[in-house]
Amino acid sequence: MAHEGISTAEVTVRVNGQSRSADIDTRTSLLDLLRDRFRLTGTKWGCNQGGCGACTVLVDDQRTLSCLMLAVQADGREVTTIEGLGDAAALHRLQEAFIAHDGFQCGYCTAGQICSGVALAGEAAAGVPSVVTQDLRAETVELSVEEIRERMSGNLCRCGAHNGIVAAVSEVYGS
Amino acid sequence: MREFTYTKAADAAEAVRLAAAGARYLGGGTNLVDLMREEIERPTALVDVSGLAQGITEHPDGSVEIGAATRNTAVAAHPRIRRDYPVLARAIVSGASGQIRNAATVGGNLLQRTRCPYFYDVAARCNKREPGSGCDARQGFHRTHAVLATSAHCIATHPSDMCVALVALDAQVHILGPAGARVVAVADLYRDPGETPHLETVLGPAELITAVRLPRAVDGAVSTYRKVRDRTSYAFALVSVAAVLRVVDATVADVRIALGGVASRPWRARVAERELLGAPAEPDTFKRAAEAEFRSARPLPDNAFKVSLAPRVVADVLKGLSG
Repeated sequence: MAHEGISTAEVTVRVNGQSRSADIDTRTSLLDLLRDRFRLTGTKWGCNQGGCGACTVLVDDQRTLSCLMLAVQADGREVTTIEGLGDAAALHRLQEAFIAHDGFQCGYCTAGQICSGVALAGEAAAGVPSVVTQDLRAETVELSVEEIRERMSGNLCRCGAHNGIVAAVSEVYGS
Repeated sequence: MREFTYTKAADAAEAVRLAAAGARYLGGGTNLVDLMREEIERPTALVDVSGLAQGITEHPDGSVEIGAATRNTAVAAHPRIRRDYPVLARAIVSGASGQIRNAATVGGNLLQRTRCPYFYDVAARCNKREPGSGCDARQGFHRTHAVLATSAHCIATHPSDMCVALVALDAQVHILGPAGARVVAVADLYRDPGETPHLETVLGPAELITAVRLPRAVDGAVSTYRKVRDRTSYAFALVSVAAVLRVVDATVADVRIALGGVASRPWRARVAERELLGAPAEPDTFKRAAEAEFRSARPLPDNAFKVSLAPRVVADVLKGLSG
């Protein structure tokens, strides 16, 4: 889809285990690549400026804001979206916990919340500290409610379902 | 967003060559991509340096070298950083969100632009964005703005937490440019705004930050970082304090203090340090020294609270470290 005078690039990204390629305008964000080109609309377009977390996906297993990442920077990398974590027939256990704890109302932020929750468990297990971690030298961090609240602070919920979100993450990954 | 060409640099030398031909460096993109979308930044070519040096090297002399493309999370999570430089680990995890720290590089963090709302608002006057246009912050909303070393032309703050810790640690930046390599202290990387607030660092054209080097940790010292902000998490600092303190026989034997949220640069509190060195390690001394640092402050109506808040935070951090 090259247009004269527009800078384009070909990117190949492994999305949810499947290799996918596209010719894109270099200005395309990873978010727009996922939604508009690959039709993976589970990932949501929120503030588009890194403030809300709705567009959170996993890039090489690291939670990342897809609105602030140029798609060309995702070339050759592994991306997991909410569609890769679970589906209606086989929900991810964090999705089940969100349902059980009313972790959403309108659902717009939920895909980002769940990607963030899955990834923060890996970060804590690897010893990545947070601002509320007392013992910086601990090899792994136990996910208390306070830790989960802090680590989920990059994902906003305008419906105010944060208590349910924290309860869901806590049930699955908490200490 | 304006159009641009994109090249992924194979190494630092190639990146510098492309930058010398007009390209801008791209790290994790968490700041630059946002500014490009607002058309505050309008590069026509990007050279991606986010795939370059990402290692953390422990040198035999006790210093630690962090590749400029190392992600913020990787620095805060590194066992050596957590053990010997807690002030740096704590500063990094005080900033932004988990997602942003996973993408943001050390070099990009050093060079991030201010979060002054008038810099972001293209309908407002801003000498940093449009030199000579004026500063709407002085007469506008400025409770988050700078009180030290401001000028009539700009009162914006440097937004980083990480850099405040780096200044307290006497870290250095390694730089590669068209004329070769050089080393600059992080404390000397930034310029005061003066009449040219759009010139933010001493980096020359096409110069690339390749690494940050932390000197050997001070034996027997303790360090920490405290950030005061409007909400508990995911907010920029009103005031932040990075401090390294060594007390021997109830006397301050070594002290390094840097402040965030009060100046256009991560501010090294040298006035306070001079008053503290050799003085009794007690609350009154901490309070007097911290207040001395702010004698040169030039606040505006809405940010005058920082002139009393910051010394109280400094004194309390030092009390905590000495206790």
